[in-house]
Amino acid sequence: MKRFAQLIEELDRTTRTGEKVDALSRYFGQADPADAVWTLRVLSGRRQRRIVSGRQLRIWAAEWAGLPPWLVEESYSVVGDLAETIALLVAGDAGGVERPLHRVMEEDVLGLRGLTDEELRGRIRTRWSELGFWEAFVWHKLLTGAFRVGVGKGLVLRGLEKATGIPRTTLAHRMAGEWEATPEEWARITGPEQEEDDLARPYPFFLAHPLEQEAEALGRMGAWQVEWKWDGIRGQVVRRGELVAVWSRGEELVTSSFPEISKAAAALPDGTVLDGEILAVDRHGESPIPDTPKVRPFSDLQRRLNRKRVGPGLLRQVPVHFLAYDLLEAGGTDLRTLGTADRRRRLEALLGDAAPLVGAGITASPLLEPTDWEEAASLRERSRELGVEGLMLKEASAEYGVGRTRGPWWKWKVDPLSLDVVMVYARAGRGRRANLYTDYTFAIHDGEELVPIAKAYSGLDDGEIREVDRWIRDHTLERFGPVRAVEPDLVFELAFDGIRRSSRHKSGIALRFPRIARWRRDKPAGEADTLDRAEALLRIGPDSPPSPTARVEELSLFDAADP
Amino acid sequence: MMVRISGFVPPFFREVHVAPAPAGPTGVLSLRPEGLYCEAGDFHVDPWRPVERAVVTHGHADHARWGCGSYLGAHEGRTVLRTRLGEDADIETLGWSERRRIGGAVVSLHPAGHILGSAQVRIEVAGEVWVVTGDYKTAPDPTCTPWEPVRCDVFITESTFGLPVFRWPDETRVFEEITRWWHRNREAGRTSLLYGYALGKAQRLLAGVDPSIGPILVHGAVEKLNEAYRAVGVELPETLPATRETAERYAGEALVVAPPSAGGSTWVRKFDPASDAFASGWMTVRGTRRRRAGDRGFVLSDHVDWPQLLDAVDQSGAERIWVTHGYTDVVTRFLREERGLDARPLPARQGRDPEQG
Repeated sequence: MKRFAQLIEELDRTTRTGEKVDALSRYFGQADPADAVWTLRVLSGRRQRRIVSGRQLRIWAAEWAGLPPWLVEESYSVVGDLAETIALLVAGDAGGVERPLHRVMEEDVLGLRGLTDEELRGRIRTRWSELGFWEAFVWHKLLTGAFRVGVGKGLVLRGLEKATGIPRTTLAHRMAGEWEATPEEWARITGPEQEEDDLARPYPFFLAHPLEQEAEALGRMGAWQVEWKWDGIRGQVVRRGELVAVWSRGEELVTSSFPEISKAAAALPDGTVLDGEILAVDRHGESPIPDTPKVRPFSDLQRRLNRKRVGPGLLRQVPVHFLAYDLLEAGGTDLRTLGTADRRRRLEALLGDAAPLVGAGITASPLLEPTDWEEAASLRERSRELGVEGLMLKEASAEYGVGRTRGPWWKWKVDPLSLDVVMVYARAGRGRRANLYTDYTFAIHDGEELVPIAKAYSGLDDGEIREVDRWIRDHTLERFGPVRAVEPDLVFELAFDGIRRSSRHKSGIALRFPRIARWRRDKPAGEADTLDRAEALLRIGPDSPPSPTARVEELSLFDAADP
Repeated sequence: MMVRISGFVPPFFREVHVAPAPAGPTGVLSLRPEGLYCEAGDFHVDPWRPVERAVVTHGHADHARWGCGSYLGAHEGRTVLRTRLGEDADIETLGWSERRRIGGAVVSLHPAGHILGSAQVRIEVAGEVWVVTGDYKTAPDPTCTPWEPVRCDVFITESTFGLPVFRWPDETRVFEEITRWWHRNREAGRTSLLYGYALGKAQRLLAGVDPSIGPILVHGAVEKLNEAYRAVGVELPETLPATRETAERYAGEALVVAPPSAGGSTWVRKFDPASDAFASGWMTVRGTRRRRAGDRGFVLSDHVDWPQLLDAVDQSGAERIWVTHGYTDVVTRFLREERGLDARPLPARQGRDPEQG
């Protein structure tokens, strides 16, 4: 437990990725497999069942520290992290627990299941008298089931790769699916490489740069392949031997999140790798773009992510589709050095032949054939109404490169929608931004009134955040718990990806993915945008309505507290 | 333009009992636009604006402000006040516990343990005793006289860290961590950049680190105050000015102590490659640490933490407590509801965070 807590402390202490990878690698290199496998499981984001609720923990901590419950709540709102708050309140200078992590997991986490509240309280109090801060912190995280400490799965894989010498794509594949935290599983995951490990491996993604120049400067239109830029998740479908794997960009294995794509891919010929876009679709709707399914908003697709198992209800509500852009491997041969146009012909041939087998789950993204840049530009202008992000421009003769190389691929996106809005409420951030007012609620004019329209908390740099924070503290009208109503004076340009009507919001409008584009210091609040202007945007930038059960970005002042 | 904000009915609004706007104290001290004022003696304590006569608790800029007609402070802080207020300032000092009659008031100063020469101001008028703590800590600090409890009827305390999550670790352990950090940086060929407020924190850091590891360079703002400390006999290790030349000569081995305001400026670039760290009570919270600390954050504060604050309130024996500067609402409510004291929030002027400097 001590060693694990030390690892978490080391990861927390540095902002350098290299040092985090080193810390992980050192840990995995030394740890007992019985402990290492738990660490791997916990850090790679496997959710454990919650043993104790955050509420219970807060009540018992208040009692243990002799504090009134409201004071624990105040502390929580300042610290922003429950496990940390309680650790700060209860941890002593104790030397710590020598018992290894796997025993702590078995006895002090899993072993607490099924206890009565009174028994649970007793066990927790006993441990509190023994734990130092970092041990208490990680233990609380384990008990409450949410182990997020700013270490992503990618980082864990890099650490493990460094410790074992096994490529991280292999590790990711071996870690997919069901496995228990046992030394046997550790041996399987970190065992020497075998031939079959190659089967699931994707190719490194080739990425596009945003187009910053005039499109005309790219030369002859005919030298470029033009496609819609879809708003989904870039992915690769790998079909080799008996195996099907779906990878998202960032080399994350998402096969189990998208069973319909895996199922369709199983019908592809052996030795096939496709590059394309994973999209949430409406199977009954009609797409404004020929030969494509009707695409649903990105927020719908998000509902399909990070799930171990996708239930039949969700499969029915939010089906997904793979629109293929490119053919990277056919018949087991790497095609990446062929020209883009050549690969495209082969892709069409392959999907044409396979169509009856592949069914509706995988199709080719259609090509656009503008005759000149002017026509391309007018196609791009229609992006918003068609529900795409803009155009992709790919040099017809270029090979499929590695990473983000300037030149052969450009993304030519439409400008985001925006409104000038007035800050009316502010709330202190959580986690990294605890203690600073960073979560803002914005309003627009509606006659004499200001109606809130969106919440946003990103887009300012650290200096601006501090400046706005100071301003908020000096211009508070009223305080409601952690929220301050501020003088409606500061104007910000808010960019967003979509706008739609919503009966759940006072303004009657909901914005998708709002973020601060810049602080309009030049603009007085009286000149901020009006509801009329937002209504006008509704006509040019509609977002398809969410299904009634879809969880939309909730416009609420009060974030649901962590469990 | 009339503006009405509508749309949300925050649920807290119904639950939170909203205290009436706090009136300032009356009696020995009262609140004026310039700050705390003693009518019996016609002077201000740590005024916010220039006034005729100021009694100052210590040399930090938000307590000892420029431009007052005269200043009365602790003798131990005479060189600090002189450095901060300039050659022309009219500064008079009192020894610890020395009593001075000013009009109808008797004033004495008692160690606050915050920085060199930091004082609690005790004011007695017609048998009633009020104490203004200024900033203070009750834990030991080798660079100043330790805090002493002062009995009083009314206690005016700061509350910068007035939340139970703030419990300072043992200073010795923190300095071990700092020493280890410096050591490791040296091994990795990185200069160690340690940020702390130029007055007080910087000297406490200098006095606490192990100077045998390597040369110590200091920012000009820190050196000026080092002189004020050394002049009254505080022992600090040997320091060199942090210049382009010393930065080059001691690259990869030196510890550089600088005020936080130097962070991110061109001034620090000459120390690359460097590891930077911030020493402050705020480093207790991971979120703050990650946002503000650069590579490392060390929990080292010159203010009272939660247990120290409660202990100081107890030891004052006061029934009436005014809480200022920090988590005033929290501390006030706790003292009222849990300790049965007549505690009230004392509005503080919006100002700089003293730990941030």
